[in-house]
Amino acid sequence: MSVANGRLAVQPGAGRSKRSSIWGDAARRLIRNKLAVSGFLVVALMFAACFLGPLFSPYADNKINMAQMNRPPSASHWLGTDALGRDVLTRVLQAGRISLTVGLASMGLSVALGALLGIVAGYYRGIVDQLIMRLADLLLTIPSLPLLFIAGALLSEWKVPPDSRMYIVMIMLAVVGWPGLARMVRGQILSLREREFMQATTVLGLRGRRRLLGHLLPNLVPLLIVIATLNIGGAILSESVLSFFGLGVTPPTPTWGNMIDAANNMIDFEKRPWLWIPPGFSIFATVIAINLFGDALRDVLDPKQRR
Amino acid sequence: MEALLDIRELQTHFQTEAGVLRAVDGVSLRVREGETVCIVGESGCGKSMTAMSVLGLVEGPSGKVAGGEVRFGGRDLLRMSRQELRTLRGHELSMIFQEPMSSLNPVLTIGRQIAEPLREHLRLGRKEAMRRAVELIREVGISRPEQIADAYPHELSGGMLQRVMIAIAVSCKPKLLIADEPTTALDVTIQAQILDLLRGLQAKSGMALLLITHDLGVVAEMADYVIVMYAGKVVEEGEVERLFREPRHPYTQGLLRSKPVLGQVREELYSIPGQVPNPLELGAGCAFADRCEFAMDRCRRQEPPLAPVGSDQQAACWLHGKEG
Ligand SMILES: Nc1ncnc2c1ncn2[C@@H]1O[C@H](COP(=O)(O)OP(=O)(O)OP(=O)(O)O)[C@@H](O)[C@H]1O
Ligand code: SF4
Ligand SMILES: [Mg+2]
Repeated sequence: MSVANGRLAVQPGAGRSKRSSIWGDAARRLIRNKLAVSGFLVVALMFAACFLGPLFSPYADNKINMAQMNRPPSASHWLGTDALGRDVLTRVLQAGRISLTVGLASMGLSVALGALLGIVAGYYRGIVDQLIMRLADLLLTIPSLPLLFIAGALLSEWKVPPDSRMYIVMIMLAVVGWPGLARMVRGQILSLREREFMQATTVLGLRGRRRLLGHLLPNLVPLLIVIATLNIGGAILSESVLSFFGLGVTPPTPTWGNMIDAANNMIDFEKRPWLWIPPGFSIFATVIAINLFGDALRDVLDPKQRR
Repeated sequence: MEALLDIRELQTHFQTEAGVLRAVDGVSLRVREGETVCIVGESGCGKSMTAMSVLGLVEGPSGKVAGGEVRFGGRDLLRMSRQELRTLRGHELSMIFQEPMSSLNPVLTIGRQIAEPLREHLRLGRKEAMRRAVELIREVGISRPEQIADAYPHELSGGMLQRVMIAIAVSCKPKLLIADEPTTALDVTIQAQILDLLRGLQAKSGMALLLITHDLGVVAEMADYVIVMYAGKVVEEGEVERLFREPRHPYTQGLLRSKPVLGQVREELYSIPGQVPNPLELGAGCAFADRCEFAMDRCRRQEPPLAPVGSDQQAACWLHGKEG
């Protein structure tokens, strides 16, 4: 047969190494995006500081020190001390541990829940789809903050102990987080299953499970990565707001939100900015950085941009 | 001997707001083992729908196979369970499409996609299927098959992708391959190579080919037998040499007007003056009447049946039909 040998149209290096292209391409484009890289670095730094920082702090035991109440930043307390004489820097990092953990865990939960329900709804359609999406719609029509406030108020009413509140807050955030996610995943599945390559799998006689797991889901991974990333930012923000109003994680467990709440009075606000600026800045920086990174990820992984 | 594929009086309808659209309206055709049958006709005449009906792919709210019979290897495809049909598709009965790029999954490697039907139908293990996939890539004339197996669709050219599609389609050694305009999206030199490849594979495996095209050059080069479709019906059919030498239906004559040279693939199809009729507004008579230079009174009143005109040829036209 007189046949042209394998002419490569796009990339001369195609198939050079395993898994070279799609993820490799995305990573390369991501690295070229300065905002994405800075976002990623800030988040990475924040994680490192929060999880490792307190190990090197002499104040990690949080002892109350009446002799050191409300001191401004100094050489021994870089960010000053709070009303109980605890080191603010150490507190901020310890609070970060909680805030980041809650953000990550509730993201994991809501992505798992949302993706699972969205996939089931979009792939099997019919009555299952109806049920899941009606429930999602119901949750979506109620604005999530009031819903969280009510739940938080109930927690206080029922006197849930502070250490378990953290876990309950995670679950609360996941419960309000999954519907939007499920809807997005379902939409993506509905459009994917109409795509020619999915119809081609029917023509090939592949069974349902193989089509779903082997062909559909891999196309969903980019979307899930982007959603998951952006979701962490949202969850951290919601947790902070809740905790700020005393409805989320409550002291003595520190979070960025309840640290600001502790400084929520005229005197502290005007005279002791070291009490609320550090946690406030941490929330701000973390959420912005996560969103920058997430947006860049979306640009890079958006399937519509890929030919 | 019974034909491998035997379609009788197939009806495929779409429910539209303006009424029932008969995309396929009483089509009968046969494909014998190892034979190449071409379906030609202008856009919208129901070529693809005929093929889709065979594979049981006309589904959804609006479209359905409303009548007729489709037998494949003696079995009635239209009455098969979904499960039975699924085990047939991609195994004994394969299909390739016009657009290879959109038929391939963008996030899976080429090798993986070729391996899928092997694992599904022949129950090969992952390793074995991959090894076979690499062989298949080589068999469809792509060099460096190991590397290509690890590549993603967007890294390959259109011609290579169509080769890959062919590799997938023939992976389980089908008895019949349905190819719906497999070369239309490709440039001319690549078209010829793809046709060569199909012929080569056919010679090796003895599979039959049902080739859909609107390019008479492709027909001349590939077909044993030709089916000419117009507005959902077969208007003429015959053995290829005869049909090219002596087209009887004015529509076929129109298609052949600027004669394709045998062995040469042309880019453009000569276009017959006038519009393809709206399938919803077909009257009682011959669907071609408005564009036909020989149209008579009778043509508008009564529909001409498909009737033999000499040996190995049939046409649906009052110019040739018996008086009635
Ligand atoms: N989903 C649908 N709903 C309504 N009508 C449809 C649908 N799909 C196809 N049709 C109609 O069926 C008829 C036949 O379509 P078909 O795709 O078989 O044409 P074709 O001969 O393959 O044309 P082409 O050369 O453009 O591929 C057309 O008139 C088309 O409008
Ligand atoms: S039946 Fe009449 S209108 Fe139709 S093709 Fe023949 S001559 Fe033309
Ligand atoms: Mg078509």
